[in-house]
Amino acid sequence: MPAGAKGDTDKRPGSRVAVGRRVFLGMGVLGAAGVVFGAKVQNVLGNALGSGLGGLLPGGDRFRIYTITGSYPRVSEADYRLEVSGLVHHPQIFTLADLKAMPSTSFVQEFQCVTGWTVPDVHWEGVKLSDILDNAGVKQGAVALSFESYDGADSESLTLDQARLPDVIVAYRMLGAPVTTEHGGPVRLYVGPMFGYKSLKWLSAIRVVDEVIPGFWEQNGYPVNGWRDGSTGPTDRSLS
Amino acid sequence: MTTQIDAAPQSAGRILRFDGVQRAAHWANALLFGILMLTALPLYFPSLSDVVGRRALVANIHVWSGVALPVPLLISLLGPWGAQMRRDLRRINVWTNEEVKWLRSLGRNAPRVVDKFNPGQKLNAIFVGGSIVVMLATGFILKWFRFFPVNWRTGATFVHDALAFAIFAVVIGHILFALTHRDSMRSMITGWVSETWAARHAPGWLREMRARPERDQLP
Repeated sequence: MPAGAKGDTDKRPGSRVAVGRRVFLGMGVLGAAGVVFGAKVQNVLGNALGSGLGGLLPGGDRFRIYTITGSYPRVSEADYRLEVSGLVHHPQIFTLADLKAMPSTSFVQEFQCVTGWTVPDVHWEGVKLSDILDNAGVKQGAVALSFESYDGADSESLTLDQARLPDVIVAYRMLGAPVTTEHGGPVRLYVGPMFGYKSLKWLSAIRVVDEVIPGFWEQNGYPVNGWRDGSTGPTDRSLS
Repeated sequence: MTTQIDAAPQSAGRILRFDGVQRAAHWANALLFGILMLTALPLYFPSLSDVVGRRALVANIHVWSGVALPVPLLISLLGPWGAQMRRDLRRINVWTNEEVKWLRSLGRNAPRVVDKFNPGQKLNAIFVGGSIVVMLATGFILKWFRFFPVNWRTGATFVHDALAFAIFAVVIGHILFALTHRDSMRSMITGWVSETWAARHAPGWLREMRARPERDQLP
């Protein structure tokens, strides 16, 4: 019997409609519309519900926790050290107290993962990376920074120009509290103009180097320059 | 059972509801859904990800189970062995007006005559099929995001997450129905139902089978 050949107009009790195909295609169309317009829907709904209730939306307003090693490295605030070395006049080892004694900066920004999920209105506080570089005194010939993590596996890179942007910080507070272990505490990098993978967690060392050394995610195919506007050159609109 | 007497073969016999291909497809599909749902939890809930650890491994299992997801259904449908699978797909696709009324009334107006599958079972199967396509497509965008604009990635995350919530609800419902309808569940394990069961739950199908018993019972 040809399914649904007569369509909806046939109301005889024995007549048949291809509901399966319609629901199936409907799901596909809804899914496609959700992909194209989902970001907008999420914004509108999130705003309508307020930031608290926005967390109830699937996919909205919440972090997914990424680790590349088996578990989180656990470093106490007392044991925490940040080594700054390489092409600098004054190599230094910072404790958390040292960092907190420096001038601090704080701001609120949306956090965005390269795979698409976002967390609106994340509060950040820490030391501008440019201040740390100025204190250490960058030598002639230095081009980039190489970052290392307490997890022993993750690494990241920034050019010196990128590192000096005002929303690139060594963060010790996030979401209004000390950075938690799952978010990369006690101290993590936060690179505001770029996707989340550039904001290396459990920051242990900053080396000033004479070339860009691609980090862990970059070695796995992610762009070295992961600007949020999608550009992948060494500069984006904010620099050029 | 000793009542295989000529006088009343219809009432005492049993009929094949799901052949081996269908059962294999169902359980392979169920296994993949189970793996995907279990691995989804630590990927989504930070508290669980801390307990489970090894995120890269969990994510890999999730991604490759997802890639494999359409395989059991496609193999069972497209091969020369899939005649009954294809027949049942047509049954699931085609709804009587009474069944459409059931859907429009959100389950209140039950159809008088139930075919092999009731409209709820049909809807479940359609939902599973649609979910596979949508989850596979959005999952592909999340995994191979480089090929898609940033706002599509956000939209794909939204759809993947929202549909995941729906899938959990539907699958849990499906399992609860199975556990409370043992004869029905047994037919997905052994393939067979009694004609007594069919007379009660799928009279339209039973009538059809009596008229053309060979139709669904070909080896």
